Amino acid sequence: MEQIIFYILAVVIIGMAIASVTTKKMLRSVIYLLFVLMGLAGLYFLLDYNFLAAVQLAVYAGGVVVLMIFSVFLIHHIEMELEMAKTLKKVIASSMSLVGIATFLCVIWNYDFKVVENYNAIEVTTIGEKFLSVGNGGFILPFEVISVLLLAAMIGAIIVAKSYKLTDKNEQQS
Amino acid sequence: MILGVSIYEILSLSTILFFIGIYGFVTRKNLISVLMSIELILNATVVNFVVINKYMFPDKLEGAVFGIFIIAVAAAETALAIAIIINLYRQITSVEVEDTTTSKY
Repeated sequence: MEQIIFYILAVVIIGMAIASVTTKKMLRSVIYLLFVLMGLAGLYFLLDYNFLAAVQLAVYAGGVVVLMIFSVFLIHHIEMELEMAKTLKKVIASSMSLVGIATFLCVIWNYDFKVVENYNAIEVTTIGEKFLSVGNGGFILPFEVISVLLLAAMIGAIIVAKSYKLTDKNEQQS
Repeated sequence: MILGVSIYEILSLSTILFFIGIYGFVTRKNLISVLMSIELILNATVVNFVVINKYMFPDKLEGAVFGIFIIAVAAAETALAIAIIINLYRQITSVEVEDTTTSKY
């Protein structure tokens, strides 16, 4: 049963990812990306990482994709079609990607992973205690660093996106 | 771990996802599309972290925690990049890669 669900998820993820990088319509591309992210959240649910799946759904499917859809609405017309790359460039890029996939798959399938049989799920309380633990194996320092990073990114985004008047800048230059 | 699915198959899935992202990164000409390809690459990385943690070191938490950190960094990066793209669109009314010569020296 889990196997069938995994294969369905894998087909959805790969098909939607290919559709996302090859479609001509901008908005459809973002929606295909949303399907990829939700498929990955399903994969995390299958792996018993419930908290990570919830974070994936909340941050990616709820935050990042909505941000991208808004920027598409602000910048493009909905029906606008993307300018596609030249056929030669596409052929070169896809053949190089296939070579890369083949190399990686050869290395992965020839390596002997020491797999440990287990079916235990990680609870959210364990993750929370690890995040705030100052003892051995705790993650308090990266947790604080990531909070400062998020604050800095928020301030930076506000300052960068703040409206400048283009005419004033041109007058200053001339 | 998933019953009946080996680590090799999930790593193959993340590899294919990673190279689809690379393909999009190389061929797309729109800045938002390039950003979406970067999201695909980052997601493939998170899958790798999580799967190796789950299958090989099940009593540790490093993979899941790093997955959460990568998601946080990716969200911050997306917010900043979209702010830059919108600012760029205000100045040159285009978001194509070839037109963005403002900050080149």
